[in-house]
Amino acid sequence: MIKVQREDFDIGAELASLTAGNTKIGGLATFVGLVRDLADQGAVAAMTLEHYPGMTERRLAEIEAEARSRWPLEGVLIIHRYGKLEPGDRIVLVATTSAHRQAALDSCAFLIDWLKTKAPFWKLEEGAKGAAWVEAKESDDRAADKWKR
Amino acid sequence: MKLLYFAWVRTNIGKAEEEVVAPDHVQTVEHLLDWLATLGPQYAAALDRRNVIKVAINHEYVEHDHPVRPDDEIALFPPVTGG
Repeated sequence: MIKVQREDFDIGAELASLTAGNTKIGGLATFVGLVRDLADQGAVAAMTLEHYPGMTERRLAEIEAEARSRWPLEGVLIIHRYGKLEPGDRIVLVATTSAHRQAALDSCAFLIDWLKTKAPFWKLEEGAKGAAWVEAKESDDRAADKWKR
Repeated sequence: MKLLYFAWVRTNIGKAEEEVVAPDHVQTVEHLLDWLATLGPQYAAALDRRNVIKVAINHEYVEHDHPVRPDDEIALFPPVTGG
């Protein structure tokens, strides 16, 4: 399931909902991304996340489908926020469930690595020196590349 | 064609989207970028780092040699930084 939203999310409630009623699930893996207060350009006072409505949902659905084709998953949840956020705020939740832990853990890592290089989101950081668009990192490309087939 | 701009492509050009009628010789993304860069200094600045610009046509990523059509929705943006 894909959710692209401005609002915050309740991790406990989302995970409870993802596993409710499915006793085939033996493992639940999660990744939560948060706004840090320190970036490459210095202290971050706020961050604004921009995205491409329509394309974002389609690319995330494609990434979910790819994960389901590679691992035997019971459930997939991706929540990604947009709009203005502050240090400590939650940005993204990726959660996967499976009968066994390895499929859940590996698919969760795969989803966040691919999301970071394929989903059309952009971060604008505001600090003491003004606002600056976050540059894409080569390390993120390498993280995504290791899942290529 | 409908053009959409995001992140620093948008802030450099100074608008989020526009409808354009490209000249007949604009057959590919590369031609489109070349033509847009002639429309003014803000376009030239936005498209200066040409090889890093990502392109999506009708929500699908494409390479710069991909053909463009008058009814396409074409988005130009920097490498993505979500997650």
